[in-house]
Amino acid sequence: MNPLTGYLLVAALLFAIGLAGALTRRNAILVLVGIELMLNAANLNLIAFWRYGPHPELLTGMMFAIFSIAVAAAEAAVGLGLVIQIHRHAHTTDLDAMSRMKG
Amino acid sequence: MQETISFTPQLGTSAITGILWLIPAVPILASGVIALLKQPKRRTAATLAIGSLAFSLILALIAFAHVLSGWAHGHAVRETLNFTWFQFGRTNVDLGWVLDPLSAVMLVMVTFVGLLIFIYSTGYMAHDENYTRFFCFLSLFAGAMLGVVIANSLLLLFMFWELVGLTSYLLIGFWYLKPSAAAAAKKAFLTTRVGDVFFLLGIVWLFGDTGTLLFYNSGAGSIESHALLGLLIERSAFGLSAAGAIGLLIFAGAAGKSGQFPLHVWLPDAMEGPTPVSALIHAATMVAAGVYLIARVYPLMQAGALAGGTTTALTVVTWVGAFTAVFAALIAVAQNDIKRILAYSTVSQLGYMMAGLGMGGVAVGMFHLITHAFFKALLFMGAGSVIHGCHEEQDVRRMGGLKSDMPVTFITYAIGMLALCGFPLLFSGFWSKDGILEAAEHFSVSKGPFYMLVLGALLTAFYMTRQVSYVFFGVNRGAKNAHESPTSMTVPLGILAFFAIALGAVGTPAWPWFRSFLDGRAATLEWSGFSEPGLAALMVTSSLVVFLGLGLGWWLYGNRSPQPEDPDVLESAAPVPWAWLRDRLYIDEVYTATVIAFYGWWARVADWLDRRVWGGAVAVVAWAFGLWAQLNRFLDTNVVDGSFDKSCEELSTGGGLLSRMQSGRVQTYLRLLALAVVALAAILIWSSRA
Amino acid sequence: MSIVFYVIAGLSVAGALAAVLLKNTVHCALALTLAFAGLALLFLELDAQFAGFAQILVYIGAVAILVVFAILLTRGSETPHETVYSRNPLVGLVTAAAIFAVLGWAVLHSSQALPGPAGTPTAEPQVTVMDIGNALMGRYVLPLEIVALLLTAALIGAVIVAMHEKEAAR
Repeated sequence: MNPLTGYLLVAALLFAIGLAGALTRRNAILVLVGIELMLNAANLNLIAFWRYGPHPELLTGMMFAIFSIAVAAAEAAVGLGLVIQIHRHAHTTDLDAMSRMKG
Repeated sequence: MQETISFTPQLGTSAITGILWLIPAVPILASGVIALLKQPKRRTAATLAIGSLAFSLILALIAFAHVLSGWAHGHAVRETLNFTWFQFGRTNVDLGWVLDPLSAVMLVMVTFVGLLIFIYSTGYMAHDENYTRFFCFLSLFAGAMLGVVIANSLLLLFMFWELVGLTSYLLIGFWYLKPSAAAAAKKAFLTTRVGDVFFLLGIVWLFGDTGTLLFYNSGAGSIESHALLGLLIERSAFGLSAAGAIGLLIFAGAAGKSGQFPLHVWLPDAMEGPTPVSALIHAATMVAAGVYLIARVYPLMQAGALAGGTTTALTVVTWVGAFTAVFAALIAVAQNDIKRILAYSTVSQLGYMMAGLGMGGVAVGMFHLITHAFFKALLFMGAGSVIHGCHEEQDVRRMGGLKSDMPVTFITYAIGMLALCGFPLLFSGFWSKDGILEAAEHFSVSKGPFYMLVLGALLTAFYMTRQVSYVFFGVNRGAKNAHESPTSMTVPLGILAFFAIALGAVGTPAWPWFRSFLDGRAATLEWSGFSEPGLAALMVTSSLVVFLGLGLGWWLYGNRSPQPEDPDVLESAAPVPWAWLRDRLYIDEVYTATVIAFYGWWARVADWLDRRVWGGAVAVVAWAFGLWAQLNRFLDTNVVDGSFDKSCEELSTGGGLLSRMQSGRVQTYLRLLALAVVALAAILIWSSRA
Repeated sequence: MSIVFYVIAGLSVAGALAAVLLKNTVHCALALTLAFAGLALLFLELDAQFAGFAQILVYIGAVAILVVFAILLTRGSETPHETVYSRNPLVGLVTAAAIFAVLGWAVLHSSQALPGPAGTPTAEPQVTVMDIGNALMGRYVLPLEIVALLLTAALIGAVIVAMHEKEAAR
């Protein structure tokens, strides 16, 4: 098997696991955890394609992944800050309980 | 015997005939102007009315002088001015006016008597608040009557005839707030209407047969010989020729206007109007219009008469006239209202005129009409003076002894009364009535009218004596301070009294000027006229009859002054006939029971039809509409609204169902997103694969 | 495919699974850290040294710590639930499985088209940090500045949120 295929499959698997976690866990923080996993899977995809793609000297994939990491960090920070804020308001992080937008 | 040389005809148009139309036009115009004036402008109104009629009098005198000069030169004047009013198809409708001796004497009489009555009215109506309106109507009447006189077309005559009827209605009902006056006006109008229906039928028939309604049109007129020949040939029902039938139809109209039996019922009730109205309209002029009409269409009535004989139409006229004369005289005997006695007297005298026309011709009837106009107007105005002096009292049993309180009125009234009775030789009434009696004596059909007219003369003298003795002689049973009337009222009385005497001079057998003037022959003063066979005997007979009547009246009533509560002398003698006469021989009651009752029944039938049948139909339609509206409402509420509501409900339910997707939980949304992405990716891959 | 790859891959997947499946949230955070580590090793295996170390620095060093902090700060008021999964977890699992199926199918289906050492092994890219620095300052200067702006905004935002927190708590 092509090594690239292997990496891609691993990335896909990680993505699916992350998505499953984001969709099924009750705790809001764990939803963010799932999202981080998804982002990491995407980074893996990028790096894999950079390595096995044409013109790796252009560094396109690598740059993309680095920027992705930076953005993910910022997003995690703000997101977790918001979760803490919600916790202070509603005294819970249970997503099922936060259904005030129900319509 | 007078010479019977006929004059040469003078036809065509002259300057006078050209302006003849002004004679009726000016009073009508004055009436229009007065109608626009305000009530306080009394003097202006009176001046306008009197001025306009004076102008018409001057013109009438000029016209009369013109005809007279023509007659003096041996011409039989008959000048016409005709014009076409309108055309339809190839038929013309012409109008015009005529100036001949008949219309000339009538013009002078109407304007002169009218002017005197106008002047009298300024005094009589001085206390009335509707003074201005009175003169407006009077002027309109005068204009209309003058229009009837000069009309050369039967259509124009009919138009003015109707206008005369209208003004009569307005004037009888002048005090319209009084219910009896309003009812009397209506009665007058409706009764004359009955006659006018027949009149109109006659007009239409005449127009259909002759193609023109002009009287004289240089030989082409409807009563000139050419047309008459055609009418004579055509036969109609009852053995009458068309000319006779048309003549009788026209007579029906004249009977209505002139109060012949059975259409006389309106005339006594017409006394509800003011006395000048009674004098002008119901003595001198309007009621004379019927007689004038018959005189105008006399060629038609006389068509087909053999020499010395008469026609069916004229016979009918004679009998109706004679009967009316006696009938009305009988009723007058038992009346107690001063004006009603005079009213019935007028009806009776009109009967005389009609009989005179029927038996003796135009001149005989017209002479009595002229003399009657003067002395009847005089009597009515005198009665008005008496009423005015007795402070609006009208019952003769409440008057009395006025000959000393109101001398001028007494003398003039006495002159009029004697003229009416036909007191021999001095008074005009004698000569005019004698003319009629003479014609009746020579009436070929029967002597009946003669005897009836003699009886009528007796009764006339009787009831007038009764009236005069009640009013002027004896003891005053009414107002204690009766006063003489003002000069504006007594001067016309004097003038009329003068003519009541003087007019006799133009009708004596010695100098039959009037008859000659109308017939178009020469007239000279010949005392041998008196020596006509039978004339002297007739004069003596009629004088004896008059004296008998006067004497009977004086003997029974004389200076006695019965109190109002006491029964009349004749009443105590013969209560039942007296009651019949006093109740006017129940003619009004007969009409009420028959005609009016039928009309009431018919009105009820029509009302029932209207309410039940037509109203029912309308109600059914309305009910059907209501039903339809209900159905629509049902459909609208249940079907339209229902379906709409249902669909809204469905939408709402659907919306409710859909809104369950909005759980408010983030993870649900995320799942949906992810599913959508999966589906999208699958589609993309699948499509790119293909 | 070498053994190393399979081991590291297995490690990462195990860590990810644990992060998602464990009941105790702290355990989840720690398992997440393991997953991050595994991924960093995979980067190194792919000759992306800078990315690998960046991964270790940022993710393990910052994000994982943040997660742990957040879990610890929100722990006190948690009431024990019947289950750690939300309502209808099956839908989520099915969705994730569907995604994996689609992606996997896509990868496998086009494995012939993918470049790689199926026949000819590709050479290792010689990438130095200097090259990365040059690239950052050269070709990718604009994204760099924007990311800097983004990080500043995130920093300020977090501070503001924290400040409002203090006011609300008072």
